[in-house]
Amino acid sequence: MRYAVLVYENEADFKERSDPKTMGPYMAAYGAYSAALHEAGVGVGGAGLQPPSTATTLRVRDGRRHVQDGPFADTKERIGGFFLIDVPSLDVALEWAAKCPAASRCGVEVRPELPPPPK
Amino acid sequence: MDEPNESSRVIEHAARTSYGRLVAFLARRTRDIAAAEDALADAFAAALRTWPTSGVPERPEAWLLAAAGNRLLDQQRRADTARRHGPDLASATAPREPDPMESAATSLLGMPDERLHMLFACAHPAIDAAMHTPLMLQAVLGLEANKIAAAFIVSPTAMAQRLVRAKGKIRDAGISFDLPPREQLGERLDAVLDAIYAAFGSGWDDVAGADAASRGLADEAVFLGRMLVDLMPDQPEPLGLLALMLYCQARRAARAAGTGFTPLDQQDASRWSRPLLAEAESLLRRASEQRQFGRFQIEAAIQSAHVDGALRGQTDWPAIVRLYDGLLAIAPTLGAAVGRAAAIAEAQGPSAGLSALDAIDAHASLHADMATYQPAWALRAHLLAMLGASDAAARAYERAIGLCEDDSVRRFLLGRLAAVQSTS
Repeated sequence: MRYAVLVYENEADFKERSDPKTMGPYMAAYGAYSAALHEAGVGVGGAGLQPPSTATTLRVRDGRRHVQDGPFADTKERIGGFFLIDVPSLDVALEWAAKCPAASRCGVEVRPELPPPPK
Repeated sequence: MDEPNESSRVIEHAARTSYGRLVAFLARRTRDIAAAEDALADAFAAALRTWPTSGVPERPEAWLLAAAGNRLLDQQRRADTARRHGPDLASATAPREPDPMESAATSLLGMPDERLHMLFACAHPAIDAAMHTPLMLQAVLGLEANKIAAAFIVSPTAMAQRLVRAKGKIRDAGISFDLPPREQLGERLDAVLDAIYAAFGSGWDDVAGADAASRGLADEAVFLGRMLVDLMPDQPEPLGLLALMLYCQARRAARAAGTGFTPLDQQDASRWSRPLLAEAESLLRRASEQRQFGRFQIEAAIQSAHVDGALRGQTDWPAIVRLYDGLLAIAPTLGAAVGRAAAIAEAQGPSAGLSALDAIDAHASLHADMATYQPAWALRAHLLAMLGASDAAARAYERAIGLCEDDSVRRFLLGRLAAVQSTS
């Protein structure tokens, strides 16, 4: 079963990962985590995302585009990336989620993939 | 009339000190832990409602027991099972003359302490071993399912469902709350000890000095360990387990001190808790007087040797290797095998340590677990770095970092990685 491990980060985390002085170890931890997922054969995808300040929100209403600078919702915790993993159960997914560096900082959210629609 | 604060304080005190005894007493007579917990929760709610106006009863726990017992009786009558359990319960919760046979086990509450029966029922072989600890934490300490779930990184809903299922199994399969017969005692006691230790942490991984207490419910486990020692004072392994946990607890402050993770050999021994260390030593001595060695006594003895070495500035590594040999003969675990490799590296040098690690890896049954076992990678990295194999060390550090669950350990390993990268 596939699960997304959504990486949540707060303002301090985003600052740390973009500051040249601190970004090295920060990104190295994620690189190592990603490598561990793939070595174990459970990592199937994922991506890191640029900070929320780079986000553009778009809504189409009555055929008109409403474009807005910034992320969708104004919250302290923002998605900074995600990992897609393929594991037998939620328990195993949580085992791996606990190893994600964000888990011991801001937090991670684990969500199962929507099953394909019945044919 | 009492101050409302006074009655809520008494209720809180009763909940903390008597919860497990009340549940055990009620559940032993019905075999229904969930019903006992519900009845007791109703009794506590009734106390919160009535005590502020009617006053705190003279014997609060007896009041709670009677209220919960009545509640259980009502339920059973409604379910038409009063014929089976009714007389039993009615006599159990009615005021009675003290029984001289029971007086030794009878406490201030006037009811026997049956938490030991509960511990054995929770760790019964018919119950999924993964549920032994959660059941104990809930039935004996009254911990909420979501707190237990968090400690075991399981979703709260899943944990709540599994607890319901496990309690249903105890009730429906008729699992006995009697103490195991002598010939089964050793095996059944091992299950109880394992369950308490599992609450303490995810396993003692002393390879880089990582502490089992970092994730588990350490205080709850120590509480259960003390309880077990009180309830079975003549058994050596409960003493060994409590000693082991106290050695770890004694070093907690030194680990948390300063800027994150500090490996054992670099910890400031003067920050270790001397009273806890002294208590652990005396427990271990008491255990060894029984001349009946077991897994937890050996693990405690390994901790004792580490502590002693750190305090004297000279560790007897060959002795620690021998202790690990003994431990692996009784209880072969990956953690012990990797711990032995670390001790061999200290006693005979990094190459010997690496050979020992490779030997574990060569076991087909252990290979898969080794691949995701963070302490094994951290040790391999450390030994490779000592041998000057910087590139291989860096790759091993990366694997250890990727498998790490503790931010302070992760930062420590990142620092080591940067150090080997700068030398290559």
